Amino acid sequence: MPARVITITSGKGGVGKTTAAANLSVALASDGQRVVTIDADIGLRNLDVMMGLENRIVYDLVDAVEGRCRLRQALVRDKRLPELFLLPASQTRDKTAVSQEAMVALCDELRQSFDFLVIDSPAGIEQGFRNAVAPADEVLIVTNPEVAAVRDADRVIGLVEAEEKGPARLIVNRVKPEMIRRGDMLEITDVIDLLAVELIGIVPEDEGVLAAANMGRPVVLSDNSPAGLAFRNIARRIMGEDIPFAPMREPGFVERLLRLVRSEGE
Amino acid sequence: MSFLRRIRGRAAPPSGQVARERLRLVLSYDRAQISPGLLETLKDEVITAISRHVDIDPDGVQVTLSEGPRENRLVAHIPLRTGRGDRKR
Repeated sequence: MPARVITITSGKGGVGKTTAAANLSVALASDGQRVVTIDADIGLRNLDVMMGLENRIVYDLVDAVEGRCRLRQALVRDKRLPELFLLPASQTRDKTAVSQEAMVALCDELRQSFDFLVIDSPAGIEQGFRNAVAPADEVLIVTNPEVAAVRDADRVIGLVEAEEKGPARLIVNRVKPEMIRRGDMLEITDVIDLLAVELIGIVPEDEGVLAAANMGRPVVLSDNSPAGLAFRNIARRIMGEDIPFAPMREPGFVERLLRLVRSEGE
Repeated sequence: MSFLRRIRGRAAPPSGQVARERLRLVLSYDRAQISPGLLETLKDEVITAISRHVDIDPDGVQVTLSEGPRENRLVAHIPLRTGRGDRKR
């Protein structure tokens, strides 16, 4: 079966697109899927360092598009998962080095050999974004529960619909249950109502994400990370499983104890 | 939380709620591609156009954007100056 192409975008920068792309790719590959994660942020590549593969890059996406190497040669195999590959962005060129047609052709070439292509879009709504969305079968929007990020998400959802790539699904990242409880953060239901979009994941704020990025080891590979669990759940929803959303509030003492006992039992 | 707020009386709403209301407004303007400035222009032109035919109260005219689940509409409130005053005469 040819690959599904999933583009991860947001409009606003810094909301966690690259983190989401790295973690979902690793989660899908951990589940036995053959995955290529594609860094479409030409000129500002970061997916390589998130995944700890920065020292293995020989060729990049622009080299492949311009024919300096075969597409296969530009794929960097992951250290941990043999069925996971990174197609790195070029660091020395800019977005104009690639066209939408080139991105579509590149993805079509990869489709036959893989199960998932995960494209990490650049921020913004210009050519880089359009290049990332052009080959997509599905689009995931990453946002944070804050005014600017939600506003930009709304704009991007509109553009994705206009490109007939919708309906996009939403990842609400960096959620702080304690702030929601105090009334100082938008509720997840508010975000969903405002954007009129389907939810695919809620990722809690988790210091482990930064620690993992420091190590170049996506947080889904850590056992006790709440964000890691959230990303694993999103990957399972992508694969069609019906995983209920965990309630977004601080667990009580008994709940935490039960959860501990349960996870010990696994 | 609501208990504390009740003690404090009419305290400001929590910031999450403020964020929601601000977003509701911003998104409806964004989606309709209408700026608050454009609404002012529309209001002025509505006043000019209608005043030509009907006696209205220009200070009472309001032009707002109202958002439904899947459609936005412009809503104009245009108070008339006729009516009761005429009947008295």
